[in-house]
Amino acid sequence: MSSNHSPPAEAGDAVIEVRDVHYSVGGRKIFDGLTLNARRGRITAFMGPSGTGKTTLLRLITGQAMADSGSVKVWGEEVSRMSSRELFALRRRMGMLFQNGALLTDEDVFENVAFPLRAHTKLPESLIRQLVLTKLHAVGLRGASRLMPAELSGGMARRVALARAIVMDPDILIYDEPFVGLDPISMGVICRLIKQMNDALGITSIVVSHDVQELSSIAHESFLLSGGKVVAAGTPDELSRSNLPEVKQFMGGLDDGPVAFHYPAPDYASDLLGDAS
Amino acid sequence: MESKPMVWVGRIGAMTLFLLQVLARVVPSFRKPGLIVRQIYNAGARSLVIVMLSGLFVGMVLGLLGFDTLQRFGSEDSLGVLAALGMLKVLGPVLTALLFAGRAGTSLTSEIGLMKSTEQLTAMQMMAVDPLRHVVAPRFLGGVVAMPLLAATFCVIGLFGAHLVGVQQMGVDVGAFWSQTQDAVDLHDVNEGIVKSIVFGITCSLIAVYEGYQSEPTPEGVGLATTRTVVTSSVMVLLLNYLLTAAFLTRS
Repeated sequence: MSSNHSPPAEAGDAVIEVRDVHYSVGGRKIFDGLTLNARRGRITAFMGPSGTGKTTLLRLITGQAMADSGSVKVWGEEVSRMSSRELFALRRRMGMLFQNGALLTDEDVFENVAFPLRAHTKLPESLIRQLVLTKLHAVGLRGASRLMPAELSGGMARRVALARAIVMDPDILIYDEPFVGLDPISMGVICRLIKQMNDALGITSIVVSHDVQELSSIAHESFLLSGGKVVAAGTPDELSRSNLPEVKQFMGGLDDGPVAFHYPAPDYASDLLGDAS
Repeated sequence: MESKPMVWVGRIGAMTLFLLQVLARVVPSFRKPGLIVRQIYNAGARSLVIVMLSGLFVGMVLGLLGFDTLQRFGSEDSLGVLAALGMLKVLGPVLTALLFAGRAGTSLTSEIGLMKSTEQLTAMQMMAVDPLRHVVAPRFLGGVVAMPLLAATFCVIGLFGAHLVGVQQMGVDVGAFWSQTQDAVDLHDVNEGIVKSIVFGITCSLIAVYEGYQSEPTPEGVGLATTRTVVTSSVMVLLLNYLLTAAFLTRS
């Protein structure tokens, strides 16, 4: 369980700081004073029901979207004030694992993992080969290096994407819904890999998900998002002991609560008996 | 709701800005020539069969109808002139562009649209790679290079088709067919065909990559974008064909 993790040596200082962020899209408020942070060398989980803007939060952190107000800092630098050159430099130090892997469909597994190396370095082919095979070996897919993405299962595709995300040795690794649509075995594999990357490489990890069970087993710290705010924060143990109704509903998977089961509708009886207009 | 003309003005503006963005990345994308060569193959070589087949049939029809009309005036020897000029000035560039929009344009749009909907473009951005430079510019260039070559192939095969029907089947004199053609067609006519096919190539490729890049990242969105590519490209090609024909007529 999370309580017996010993945080890496220099852990503690916040790598990502989000302060009082407001953000809305098309008149709909996504964030209303969101504040949270992620510490170096830790696994931080952002949890929340669907539609709470977890993925949007990642877009803010990686500079793909700009907050209406508030501050988003990575390594102490304001993301929204970065030029596109600085932004690209920032992203080179980040790895991101997308929901469905987002592998390039016209390249094979090897070339997908080699892609960032070819784009940003002038390494000799022999070294690229070694690096790629090392990373593929780390995710257990060295033997699949010549398969095309279409020939991979969902779990394998995500492991290849993980190899690609770490091939540039990033300082921050972001996982966007890494467990969605995976069978229990693949889920366990991904879970173990996330922990392993964090322990072995000391990478600061951000995991966005709504899989409470999996997250509880690996996260050092969790933030529960709801209604555009952080409603609860702490270790998974602390969250599961919380008495807040939002937290209880989410952690326990209750169908009704602050997040209503019913979409807003007129009165049931009058709707059934009324005119079909 | 915005009125329809305003939507169109906005769309033309957006497309112009997009063209400038892509053009700005054309030179940097030459640093990876392999990507461009692959796209010339995709847009060009893969459209070759359909372009050659269509060219042959169009040329044969031209031979048949041309012979039928010209022989009423006793001037069936000019069949080569008719076929060559018709092919070079209008049929070659226009029909190739329409086929190109249907074959290569749609595949460009759906490919880029799918890359967008499966987050491949976002993933590239996250890997600090500019998708406009890595994905869009090579595809645009590939189309621009392939289209004039396809149009030239279409013209040559079409002329061969007209020759096949006119000379082999209808009995037009071979010498007359070619010598009249040689006399009547000058460089100006060839230039018209080349300019048109380059302009159509730029238009169709731009529309295809633009629609793909701007498509809604959903299955319906990609489908709609593909349809829009064909419709917009076809209308634009026919409109530009009129304008260019008029321009070349006033110059000669």
